[in-house]
Amino acid sequence: MANDVTPLVEVKDAARWFDVSAPWLERVLSGKPRIMLRAVDGVSFTINRGETLALVGESGCGKSTVARLLVGLYPLTRGEINIDGQPIQTLKGPQGTQLRRRLQMIFQDPFASLNPRWRVGRIIAEPLRAHTQMTKPEQQQRVDELLLQVGLDPADKQRYPHQFSGGQRQRISIARALAVRPEFLVCDEPTSALDVSVQAQVLNIMKDLQRDLGLTYLFISHNLAVVHHVADRVGVMYLGRIVEIAQRAELFERPRHPYTKMLLSAIPDMDGQGASRTPVAGEVPNPLNPPSGCTFHPRCPIVRERCKEVAPLLSDDGGTQVACHAVSERWTP
Amino acid sequence: MGHVLEIRQLSVEFPSRRGVLKALDEVSFSIKAGEVVGVVGESGAGKSLTGAAIIGLLEPPGRVSGGEIWLEGQRIDQLPDDQMRLLRGRKIGAIFQDPLTSLNPLYTVGQQLIETITTHLSLSNSQAKTRAIELLEATGIPAARERIDHYPHQFSGGMRQRVVIALALAAEPKLIVADEPTTALDVSIQAQIIELLKRLCREHGTAVMLITHDMGVIAETANRVVVMYAGRVVEVGTVRDVIERPQHPYTAGLMGSIPTIKRVVERLVQIDGSMPRLNAIPSGCAFHPRCEHVMPICRRERPELMARGATQAACWLTAKEGTDG
Repeated sequence: MANDVTPLVEVKDAARWFDVSAPWLERVLSGKPRIMLRAVDGVSFTINRGETLALVGESGCGKSTVARLLVGLYPLTRGEINIDGQPIQTLKGPQGTQLRRRLQMIFQDPFASLNPRWRVGRIIAEPLRAHTQMTKPEQQQRVDELLLQVGLDPADKQRYPHQFSGGQRQRISIARALAVRPEFLVCDEPTSALDVSVQAQVLNIMKDLQRDLGLTYLFISHNLAVVHHVADRVGVMYLGRIVEIAQRAELFERPRHPYTKMLLSAIPDMDGQGASRTPVAGEVPNPLNPPSGCTFHPRCPIVRERCKEVAPLLSDDGGTQVACHAVSERWTP
Repeated sequence: MGHVLEIRQLSVEFPSRRGVLKALDEVSFSIKAGEVVGVVGESGAGKSLTGAAIIGLLEPPGRVSGGEIWLEGQRIDQLPDDQMRLLRGRKIGAIFQDPLTSLNPLYTVGQQLIETITTHLSLSNSQAKTRAIELLEATGIPAARERIDHYPHQFSGGMRQRVVIALALAAEPKLIVADEPTTALDVSIQAQIIELLKRLCREHGTAVMLITHDMGVIAETANRVVVMYAGRVVEVGTVRDVIERPQHPYTAGLMGSIPTIKRVVERLVQIDGSMPRLNAIPSGCAFHPRCEHVMPICRRERPELMARGATQAACWLTAKEGTDG
């Protein structure tokens, strides 16, 4: 790890809204208002060099949108994202080439993220062609190295993606992401399409690579057990906001936000056979029409009047950042 | 104790241009009334195919090539299609992974429930409607009386899966085949659905075959576990035994590869390689190329299920340790 303490990634009050209104004419004729889906609404966090930050949450909480904001696949509606001090907006321009090389993404579906018509050698060499001045033989040598690094055989570069299993394909995605020696990898549910034994292979490789190459990860997942295995710090998202962010051990041993507690108690437990979980009541509300105040209040077991009116802000509680009135005002249950 | 479902030496094959592929190879297990049996294994192990064979919905050209399926003392693998259709719904209920594709988008939930009920039970339409509302209430759908007139798209994923469960239960079947019922759902909803399945099974004494790749769900729900690999059963035992003292090296690897929030481990146990393809099943024990305890006999001879304590495992190690100890 480097000596300087400035974080590699800094996200301040980032928001991404999607316009889901009816077409203009229909709006004008029938007097419908504009409708904004606030997929991500005011998210702030930092990631240090060599660290893994995981974001967890249920479907629709905005975790994948955050991943896409970080690699510049979506523009920001509000706020800022700096990577090594450089604003993410500069990714687009000519100065962005250097920055783009330093961040890469691994997607969820290893079937959709590789071009089926290209041989593996060409898929992995593509970022080298785009970002470096390497000659063809140099590129191929690097491809061989990368394939060995992710546990595949250099001879595999002659084959097509469909000739590989899901786990092998995800390793090809990792090799492609690593080709230009990035520092920061954004992984959006990299193992959720894989079987557990294959998931173990991929998670082990990701950990080995982080140790050997000093990589920084943003790891998006809905699986808390996987997050517990890979993350140094964990952020929990609910309806476009981070409700709690803490060191891994702290979050799993002393969860503070009622939503985090609820998620943790909902994990199927291998040791407690036949034990009943406390099922979480209710479902995630429609993000088009989120509840007032704290968006979690309709499902919260310790809700009070104040929660329905005022949205709590993230505040520090012994090293953990948590957005809950009950925690910040020390309500006794 | 009578078995609701008994499968004996069931084999399923797919004829193809390059020869016959054996997808299930002499699979045997049984389920008692009120019992939940979990079937686990990686993709391609034959879990869903076993379920499809039981409910008589094998996709052609797949066919049962050997063995027997018995439901409450009646042999059902050779029944003609029309009799099988009556059995499905009446005696066997099915729950699939994706609740949206299991429901007809053009009919209201109530119409679909009432149709199922009147097909199998001799009830009038109004009686059937009352029963439909009861079913929806039993599966935890709030305001069932109003929601019965809603279309599937008006329900959320978790609520849709409840409707599918209500449909499966409509005629009080003896056996429910649930194929990955919670895989498409978020964990908080998953917990609700599992709790619901357990409660219904307890109250009605229904036998449940729960097919899933999620060991956590099995650990919480099932009484016994069947572990499958490459179309064969490699281990059968009680949930506690299989999780705490797995006999087969494949089961042990599978258990070790699951991340847990209980312990911090640097590396997960990994089983190198992947499941063999159907056209290249290794000789002897199909797991031997990936097994760390492989012995010469494993390459030559195929192990059958052998008892060790209350668990049965198809592994030569079990046989060896059995004679040693």
